[in-house]
Amino acid sequence: MTTACLTFRDLTLGYSSHPAVHHLSGEVRKGSLMAVVGANGSGKSTLLKGIVGVLQPMAGSCVVAPGTRIAYLPQLSELDRTFPARVVDLVSLGLWPKRGLLGRITGEDRATVARAISAVGLEGFEERSLDTLSGGQLQRALFARVLVQDAELILLDEPFNAVDTKTVADLVALIGRWHGEKRTVIVVAHDLDLVRRAFPETLLLARRPIAWGGTAETLKPENLLRARRFDEAWHDDAPWCETDDHEHSDGHAHGHSHGDHAHHDHGHDHAHHDHAHGGGQRPPAA
Amino acid sequence: MYDLLVGPFVEFAFMQRALGGSLMLSLAACPVGVFLMLRRMSLTGDAMAHAILPGAAAGFLLYGLEIVPMTIGGLIAGVVVALGAGAVSRFTLQKEDASMAAFYLISLALGVLIVSMRGSSVDLMHVLFGSVLALNDDALTLIALIAGTTLLTLFVFWRALVAECLDPLFLRSVSRLGTPVHFIFLGLVVLNLVGGFQALGTLLSVGLMMLPAAAARFWTSRVEPMCALAIAIGFASCIAGLLLSYHAALPSGPAIILSAGAVYLASVLFGSRGIVRARIAHHRHRTA
Repeated sequence: MTTACLTFRDLTLGYSSHPAVHHLSGEVRKGSLMAVVGANGSGKSTLLKGIVGVLQPMAGSCVVAPGTRIAYLPQLSELDRTFPARVVDLVSLGLWPKRGLLGRITGEDRATVARAISAVGLEGFEERSLDTLSGGQLQRALFARVLVQDAELILLDEPFNAVDTKTVADLVALIGRWHGEKRTVIVVAHDLDLVRRAFPETLLLARRPIAWGGTAETLKPENLLRARRFDEAWHDDAPWCETDDHEHSDGHAHGHSHGDHAHHDHGHDHAHHDHAHGGGQRPPAA
Repeated sequence: MYDLLVGPFVEFAFMQRALGGSLMLSLAACPVGVFLMLRRMSLTGDAMAHAILPGAAAGFLLYGLEIVPMTIGGLIAGVVVALGAGAVSRFTLQKEDASMAAFYLISLALGVLIVSMRGSSVDLMHVLFGSVLALNDDALTLIALIAGTTLLTLFVFWRALVAECLDPLFLRSVSRLGTPVHFIFLGLVVLNLVGGFQALGTLLSVGLMMLPAAAARFWTSRVEPMCALAIAIGFASCIAGLLLSYHAALPSGPAIILSAGAVYLASVLFGSRGIVRARIAHHRHRTA
């Protein structure tokens, strides 16, 4: 018996009226291990920001099951590595959900942090300052912070970027461990081979959802081809997306979009909305 | 030796006031400066110092050279500029350096205009450069209040400030404090600049904030010791500057800031993370 950890209802996220995730609907079941793949600018990071609440939806909704603790790992580039902090300081940030602004850090907390640091293979690095770490070591430290957060829903944004193969293997093992503990894990990734090996479920995004379900099925050549036709650019003169039309989009009654080649492959390409709403991108029921 | 270093502070009440005021300023302003520097906002402090001018000038225009109205005016002007620039950068595509520049330039021009409506260049000089040797009881009380408020706020929001500097997106994912803490911090910057302008003037009060912080960066790679060291450097600069001012009959504000400047230059060269050490280290290397 599984239930939804996360429910998207016609979710559109974006920046200054341009959609970055366009009309996403579906559910992520508790305990899922899901990869989010797609080209640069296809809305993967934006989706995570929407889930964690850093970005508010432009339309639709994204509902996290009540009481779910979320651990969010932003891209490495969001972190200021020149800030004078040690590994243990970075990992201790993970105590925030438990201790907040003023809660006292107990001996037990320090032990939790120490265990997390050793679980990611960084024993002996506790006192090292962040600017002396390699990319892989820093990513390990960030995984230790996720461990400390002890969350039911874990969101990782491109955790395998600029990380060597040994570290990738260790990080994938950690992700597998979280999956084994029935936590819900969503990972933005680029390496499709890795995704095929390690992730049972995949969401393929090209601003709009192209496919969502079992990884092998989602990453079929025709889906990947469709995703590759995705146009990354924003168009200041792109037509407004008519939500009301969209509600009745099964009929494809979109005169302004059909046959208008200048607008094909935009995020606003209504001709493809059937894919966004058809059963194909909804994950199979457990 | 006693006459040189201790005597002036024992004999003269104005020197004691100057010392007390400037030490309290260092205690609060130096840690604020450390965070300004770590957030790459060093020049924001400078911009804010200019932004205070029209408020102080308006207070001066209405009430003459009185500390309370000038301080309140400065506080209001500083908060308006900080909030305005902060809001533009948070809610539009413009970065904070540009919005801050725009707001402080408007504010500065307005300030010069207001001062010129009444008063002479002597008055302008006083607002711009202050006088630590003329601190009265009101001024000392005000500085004490500001220092207390600052230290308490830093203590309460310490964790959020560190998280906001280190990994702002992470902070926003676990707490709603991300945006408020940014504005609280800007508020502290304004508060300390206003506290400093009686003693050092609007232009130089930022010096006591930034120079000790910038110097401390060359000695340590952790935030807490960096703040402590910045305060110590601030203390030393105030004492050295006041003595220099007393013995050599120099204006006190520039003497204090130049003392801090000397510590900064020495730290750049000889700090444990400074140029000389780095040069020596490059000639030898370890096996791992």
